[in-house]
Amino acid sequence: MTRPNTLEETPSQTAGPYVHIGLTPNWCDIEGVYPEDLGRTMVDAETAGERIIVSGRIFDGSGVPLKDALIEIWQADANGLYNSPLEKRGEADPHFTGWGRQATDGTTGEYRFETIKPGRVPCRDGRLMAPHISFWIVARGINLGLHTRMYFADEDAANGECPVLSGIGSKARAATLIASRGEVDGAATYTFDIHLQGDGETIFFDV
Amino acid sequence: MSDQPTFTPRDRSWHPPALTPQYKSSVLRSPNQRLLSLDTTLSEMTGPRFGHDLIGPLDNDLIRNYAQTGDAIGQRIIVYGRVLDEDARPVPNVLLEFWQANAGGRYRHRNEGYVAALDPNFGGCGRTVTGADGGYRFRTIKPGAYPWPNGPNDWRPAHIHFSVFGYAFAQRLVTQMYFEGDPMIWQCPIVSAIPDRAAIEQLVAALDRDNTLPMDALAYRFDIVLRGRHSTLFENRLEGN
Repeated sequence: MTRPNTLEETPSQTAGPYVHIGLTPNWCDIEGVYPEDLGRTMVDAETAGERIIVSGRIFDGSGVPLKDALIEIWQADANGLYNSPLEKRGEADPHFTGWGRQATDGTTGEYRFETIKPGRVPCRDGRLMAPHISFWIVARGINLGLHTRMYFADEDAANGECPVLSGIGSKARAATLIASRGEVDGAATYTFDIHLQGDGETIFFDV
Repeated sequence: MSDQPTFTPRDRSWHPPALTPQYKSSVLRSPNQRLLSLDTTLSEMTGPRFGHDLIGPLDNDLIRNYAQTGDAIGQRIIVYGRVLDEDARPVPNVLLEFWQANAGGRYRHRNEGYVAALDPNFGGCGRTVTGADGGYRFRTIKPGAYPWPNGPNDWRPAHIHFSVFGYAFAQRLVTQMYFEGDPMIWQCPIVSAIPDRAAIEQLVAALDRDNTLPMDALAYRFDIVLRGRHSTLFENRLEGN
């Protein structure tokens, strides 16, 4: 189909090294403007589903972790419903926002989200996708926010059926989207490292 | 065929490419492989929604929202405009977050190394949510230009960073607004990452004398365009709008 639009999208510019001032001001010591940084908390005591921690680092082409990046995630609730006005299939868990925002640590480069494992969501033709979390990454040196997805290593059957994951031609590249499961201090923890370029470059999507 | 809406693909020639060597930070942070095109699903076509009740009374006033002893120092300005989609329809309930340097070009951030002075009354962040007509407005001071480590003597033109949430995660956008008439726009390696001059001009806010506050503040107009939902043919009629 040809482009039917009358206006062009506003072009992107990098979020730069001081993205925290705008998006996580309390994190960077600008306190008293907002009560809490948006997206810091995704769950409460009554959120349904398995509690998990998602963490990892973002590496540049020389293998150095980014210490000035910002990540947002977006995911379905435990039943596969999005907490969004555009979710028409049912009502999502009111105790789960589905959206998180975290800066990578200024010393280690690690990011960390406390969330729940999402349910499965159908794609356009009705086939079920495997559980996944959408990632959006901005930082100094990234001219246009990068979209990727995290899948779960312990979901072999669902991963095999997922039209998006199983549709990726290179199995080696598809593996860059799969987070390994472990346990840290008794909590289920998925490690999802992102490689911006070079060996093991993560798949990024044109969504 | 599904009745789920979708987007036209992003026009990537309008955006800066990932690798722009004159902006050195992009060299090691740009994917080398092609992006994988993804037929958008509910995961991309939904997104978080932020209500007007999120916004505090001073959130859209950077002159006062960090004030300790008085107003922030600098040229007082109003920045306003509308958020539209690619079909020129207003987009209400859009969360806009903005951040900027102070009037001397100094950011309030632990990694900032510029010698210009901090302003104790300026934090540098603000936010608002668009109204039913897609309109927004905030008050701030005009940020200063500043030097940055890139080439031997690169300076950023005065700018305000914007983060924009539409209704879908696929619309997520960050960008920067520049000021009409600033010659430094055309000398900046980050600006020139955008290949098309007309696209750059979309980021240049126009001085708007009609909306100045007399004896108080200048006004700049900056409209923002988000990706729009694509109509899909469904049972021989147009849907999705």
